[in-house]
Amino acid sequence: MISVKFFPLFPSGALVTLTRRDVENIAHLARLEITEAELPVYVSSLSSILAFVEQLSGAATDDVVPMAHPLEGQVQRLREDAVTESDRREYYQRNAPAVEAGLYLVPKVIE
Amino acid sequence: MSLHASTAAEIGRGLRAKKYSSVEVAKHFLGRIERANPGLNAFVTVTAERALADARRADERIARGHGGPLTGVPLAHKDIFCTAGILTSCGSRMLSNFVAPYDATVVERLDAAGMVLLGKTNMDEFAMGSSNETSYYGPVKNPWDTGKVPGGSSGGSAAAVASRIAPVATGTDTGGSIRQPGALTGLTGFKPTYGRVSRYGMIAFASSLDQAGVLAQSAEDAALVLGAMAGFDARDSTSVDAPVPDYAKGLERPVKGLRIGIIREFFGEGLDAGTGAAVRAAIDAFRKEGATVTELSLPNLPLSVPTYYVVAPAECSSNLSRYDGVRFGHRCKDPKDLLDLYRRSRGEGFGAEVKRRIMTGTYVLSAGYYDAYYLKAQKVRSLINADFRRAFGQVDVLMGPTAPTPAFAIGAKTDDPILMYLNDIYTIGANLAGLPAVSVPCGLVDGLPVGLQVIGPHFSEERLLATAHAWQCATDWHRRVPAAYA
Repeated sequence: MISVKFFPLFPSGALVTLTRRDVENIAHLARLEITEAELPVYVSSLSSILAFVEQLSGAATDDVVPMAHPLEGQVQRLREDAVTESDRREYYQRNAPAVEAGLYLVPKVIE
Repeated sequence: MSLHASTAAEIGRGLRAKKYSSVEVAKHFLGRIERANPGLNAFVTVTAERALADARRADERIARGHGGPLTGVPLAHKDIFCTAGILTSCGSRMLSNFVAPYDATVVERLDAAGMVLLGKTNMDEFAMGSSNETSYYGPVKNPWDTGKVPGGSSGGSAAAVASRIAPVATGTDTGGSIRQPGALTGLTGFKPTYGRVSRYGMIAFASSLDQAGVLAQSAEDAALVLGAMAGFDARDSTSVDAPVPDYAKGLERPVKGLRIGIIREFFGEGLDAGTGAAVRAAIDAFRKEGATVTELSLPNLPLSVPTYYVVAPAECSSNLSRYDGVRFGHRCKDPKDLLDLYRRSRGEGFGAEVKRRIMTGTYVLSAGYYDAYYLKAQKVRSLINADFRRAFGQVDVLMGPTAPTPAFAIGAKTDDPILMYLNDIYTIGANLAGLPAVSVPCGLVDGLPVGLQVIGPHFSEERLLATAHAWQCATDWHRRVPAAYA
């Protein structure tokens, strides 16, 4: 689990500092390989970003409805469930790193 | 007047008047790119053959009398827009081998207008940056001072138009990525209302914020190009189904009676004195032309940057999960298993800033932290939106600076992400609220351009373009070109 330590340095909010272990966990969740050299840089910069966004905690938002979309009242359109595209698999697969018989190849998943 | 000193609209008029052919125009700009681009690094890909083929078709169309205002006029696309059969890198190693299989709607529409594709412009990786220093293809130089950044993320488009190696270029704006580079390079940078321009084929960064727009020499050019690229598209579920006005026709609307609001919070600490003075002088000039000016407070607006740095990374961490090394994009060598394939392909394919944002987003969306960060940020976003709504109950447009300082030195802010993020302190608000906004050049500070930002209510593009046009009829800041590229 990700651990977060709160230090009561600022009266208005809390300062978040991440540990090495935290950053390793986040990187794992995000499926990102982070090198040994990169780790301390991310520990420090991610901590300072989280401390920076901490100022949001000072805003009074008790009865505020969260805003997920900038245009109020816009609804997602639906269309008929019909085939509208032609089959261009081979063409699209030209960008794939490895294909065989129209299938994308990845390392063996099941032993 | 030389060709490259002409705006896109002027080139279009020259083509229809048969002063020159589109092929001649294309060759002129391709020659300029060849000479200037090695020093500027504005283009990732130059599409010379394609440009000449487009130009020949445009000449035939004009000869038949079917040319429109943009037919035969060259343009450059930010490398975030998919272009069929052409490398579409998004400034990333991840997509450095990606040849888009289809055209973005923006590309398709400007192609249909008869525009000539010069190439694809450099940008901050996946549009994440304010200086164009995060690109896999290296930093872009500011034509006004090649030791300075051009701004970002649409830095290549900005440098290309500012150096007049392209008459006009497309850009995208998630937190200021059109307006801020526009300000730093002396251009008209226009970000339309969220949903006004289709995002089909525009590589996603933060989907509740991303919008396509234009980096142009003038409001007239921005009006023409925006008019050609805007409008409903069934292939983008956030595209708004509303008619597109004739923006070019609406340009002559007078300033007299315009109600301008000055955003008090934009003139506080952190604003460079010279920039502030130039922006105030510009607003004063509007007052003399018969506009009324009121100072307004938008008290939640200072929370824009922290709100953005929760919302945008959260959405980016989700959008960029598609780059897995399986179907397209970079794949690591000899993966030992599927997890290794994902981790190393992504670790190698993404640069430092993109990884930082993916991890920030992953963290704020993770179990136990969602309410404290993401939900909280979306609530503050509501407060910021309400501030704008109240302001637009009293005034027609809001004005202030676009960026806190003129262009800064390459390398000056790369070690401190927060310092870099604060470049967008005045631009992010419009993205959070989905508002259209434009930056227009309003002066030079120590030889570097600064921008006046004009923000309007949803779908007020006509009003913003007319306001920018009125300013440009009275001033010539937008006509200034850095001496080395005149």
